[in-house]
Amino acid sequence: MQHNVYLYILVMAVVTYLIRVLPLTLLRKQISNTTIRSFLYYVPYVTLAVMTFPAILSATASTWSALIGFVVAVVLAYRGAGLFKVSVGACLMVFVLELFV
Amino acid sequence: MNNNRTWYVQGIRDGIPIFLGYLAVAFTLGIAAKNAGLTAFQATIMSITNLTSAGEFAALGLITSGATYMEMAITQLVINLRYCLMSFALTQKLDSKLPLFHRFLVAYGVTDEIFGVSVSVEGKLNPFYTYGLTSIATVGWTLGTYLGVVSGNVLPARILSALSVALYGMFIAVIIPPAKENKILAGLIAVAMATSSLFTYLPIVREISPGFRIIILTVVIAGIAAFLFPIKDEIAQEKSYAA
Repeated sequence: MQHNVYLYILVMAVVTYLIRVLPLTLLRKQISNTTIRSFLYYVPYVTLAVMTFPAILSATASTWSALIGFVVAVVLAYRGAGLFKVSVGACLMVFVLELFV
Repeated sequence: MNNNRTWYVQGIRDGIPIFLGYLAVAFTLGIAAKNAGLTAFQATIMSITNLTSAGEFAALGLITSGATYMEMAITQLVINLRYCLMSFALTQKLDSKLPLFHRFLVAYGVTDEIFGVSVSVEGKLNPFYTYGLTSIATVGWTLGTYLGVVSGNVLPARILSALSVALYGMFIAVIIPPAKENKILAGLIAVAMATSSLFTYLPIVREISPGFRIIILTVVIAGIAAFLFPIKDEIAQEKSYAA
């Protein structure tokens, strides 16, 4: 059976949007339970940490350039650089390192 | 009104790294889309309506193999289920009195990156900040996809490689500063990265897909932390003057 690309895209878009929109619209009240509040407070930090490492190591052409890019980003962020500086700093570091590999 | 405009502009500014990172990733997505037989128009429509990387990459494989629509729906559900968790966290950042249409609009932009930057705002989240991030991110994602399809080699591999760390750099910029003042957060981040590494390299558990790895580790680690270190209400309450 021949499938239609646009129907595939429609199915994808609907499923993905529902996943995103349901919690945002169905759960509008502030939760008062301390444990759940604490859980939701910790979620972003854990999620972003899990997504960053070790995935960053395989993002570039070599593990070493990625690892050093990671360290540079951590140091820049620790010293108070903003989103843009940290991000571009890591990119530049990787770019320069890979010129020599 | 003026406040909203300020937040929107700030969102666009903070979204520049997302734009760069998305441009690079979507570019490779565009190349894959072309190989899967999609036209530039179809690939662009897919990117603007879905705004998700792993989901779209997986979809290309399914389209090529002629999977059923049900298989497509289930795959997207499994891969993108982490957005559900993010929306749960995000819904608490929005004012409960906010008109409902804002929530429908914010939902469109719940990606790893836009979520990560949106929650880093102190206090309540003004939706216009997320709109700024989403606007520029969507342009990068869609444009990157289009360019990837029409010209597979407009960006040299060297630049693509360097730009690929932009998104991770942003995550780091979001999680490190608060961890500087909060030892519990610092410990959690270290534990999260360590267990994530174990789950990536150890036999058996490495078979778990990245999407589920993120969900499982987040629920378990944040759950344990919530029991061990419940936060005092004044922090959790989050001052609402920022909105």
